[in-house]
Amino acid sequence: MSTPLIELKNVTKSFGVMDVLHGITLKVNKGEVLCLLGDNGAGKSTLIKTLSGVYKPTSGSFSIDGERVSFASPREAQDKGIATVYQFGGTFPLMSIGRCFFIGNEPTKSFGPFRVYDRKRANQIAVKAVQDFGITRIDDGDRLVGGMSGGERQSLAIARAVYFGARVLILDEPTAALGVKQASHVLRIVLEAKKRGLAVIFITHQVTHAMAVGDQFAVLIRGGLAANFSKGEKTREEITDLMAGGQTLANLDIDLEE
Amino acid sequence: MNTTQNIPAKHLDELPNARFDLGLLIRRPEVGAFIGLAFVFGFFAFFGNANFVLPIGAASYLNVAANLGIVALPVGLLMIAGELDISIGAMIPAGAMTVAIVSGHYGAPIVVGIGASLLLGFVIGLINGILTIRTGVPSLIVTLGTLFAVQGLVLGVSVALTGSTSVPLSAPDWIKTVFGSYVANSFQVTIFWWLAFVVMCFFVLHMSRYGNWIFAMGGDRESARNVGIPTERLTVALFATSSMSASFVGMCQTILYSSAQVSGGMSYIFNSIVTVVVGGVLLTGGFGSVVGIFFGTLTFAVVSQGIYFTQFDANWASLIIGVLLLLAVLTNNTFRKMALSYSPKKGRTS
Repeated sequence: MSTPLIELKNVTKSFGVMDVLHGITLKVNKGEVLCLLGDNGAGKSTLIKTLSGVYKPTSGSFSIDGERVSFASPREAQDKGIATVYQFGGTFPLMSIGRCFFIGNEPTKSFGPFRVYDRKRANQIAVKAVQDFGITRIDDGDRLVGGMSGGERQSLAIARAVYFGARVLILDEPTAALGVKQASHVLRIVLEAKKRGLAVIFITHQVTHAMAVGDQFAVLIRGGLAANFSKGEKTREEITDLMAGGQTLANLDIDLEE
Repeated sequence: MNTTQNIPAKHLDELPNARFDLGLLIRRPEVGAFIGLAFVFGFFAFFGNANFVLPIGAASYLNVAANLGIVALPVGLLMIAGELDISIGAMIPAGAMTVAIVSGHYGAPIVVGIGASLLLGFVIGLINGILTIRTGVPSLIVTLGTLFAVQGLVLGVSVALTGSTSVPLSAPDWIKTVFGSYVANSFQVTIFWWLAFVVMCFFVLHMSRYGNWIFAMGGDRESARNVGIPTERLTVALFATSSMSASFVGMCQTILYSSAQVSGGMSYIFNSIVTVVVGGVLLTGGFGSVVGIFFGTLTFAVVSQGIYFTQFDANWASLIIGVLLLLAVLTNNTFRKMALSYSPKKGRTS
């Protein structure tokens, strides 16, 4: 077995005396989707922030390509190829698709003695990158991001991360606020990212969505890893029960079916 | 980190080019301001006497527009970046008094006075910027503080040094020609400074990458910082620019009128905000354009001066400006909503 692209060993994160995460051990390989399941308050957000460089683990090791890393800022994590896409894409609703795509890395061209923002090129590259992920409806890079649907915004953010060289993609509940059709768009994009060899960490509490794309599954309960299993090892009912803390909650199950 | 080079050029040619369409037009923040300008211009051209459309009329509103516009441009850029600067109201008399005291009262070379005036603007801008980024206090409050502080400082220092609240200055002819004179008898030379500044700001906001950063800061400061934009340096630079622009306006007025007063300038605070908002800039940041601010400035100037060309009592001008502001904001909101929801091919899905 090759070295996992990203690996956590026995990671603990405490705020004061509160242990928010304890003893988390995870690994994700290239071209693999790890679904991180957990109810609200299970520590999912803290884990994401630890992975994306916002927090430093209190103890335990965090390695990329088998090499231990410690990030001082989200920017450092990005430079190592870890891209985090938040629920609403972390985007700017009143900016155009092209400008948003290249924010902080704008392409420029010569204009007399000056360097100017190359709008046409930015728009073309952004539209192409989004279309390559299967969102062919986007064909105008001047459109404002706020005019895109939730699923399209997620796609833009993922396409952007991949274009700028992300190797690990952390998706924070990308399907939570979406309708069925939009959610299936995003799931297709997750599979596309996987096909391109990215390691994807997909955070969700929708078991159906997780089962559609996941290779590995980890269930988080009260800051600890309650279960860790591969695709096909557990049924949907078993996973749902695990997330709910071992109790059979028929009603919750129905909620999650939708 | 990848660069933009990694998509071969041939792929770019296969993509449809952006067309000029309705979507492109309504997405422009200046559409509302342009409609407003056309409306008020038409209104005063109709109700006013013939002078309004002649050079004498043009000079009256262009002179107002130029002085206001030089301040409104950086205030607008700051607003797009999500900040407000109201200390400009004190910086205009501060800039005016500095050049008058240094070169008028003490007789230093005029260039030294001009330098001192701009330097003071720069320093106050730095203070505004650094206080805003370090304390996290909203810039409205920070600059409200510096507004009063600078006002008190100017009054105190002026009286202590010169024993007066009004200081004369006689500038050499060439300085008058450059900063404070009338072209063709009625057009202030600051109109040209204003136009040059419009072009400069247009370049920065819409053509350079810094413009993209300013929009991003106003849209979502946290995300902007996370993608590596130097939000703090940019904030300080914008505050420095707005303070320097205000002291520049004060300095030009001193040179033009050959004297400076410690009062005045307060009207610029609200006028610049009205101008910028009428120009389509979103008060909370992230949206706006230089062309919009340009139209907004002209609209404001036309309304404030146009009334004198009509039979109406000039006291009604503020009413018109107030109504106009509300109408402009409503129009701009409508256009922004249209811009957000506009998509050229509805119903086509992948």
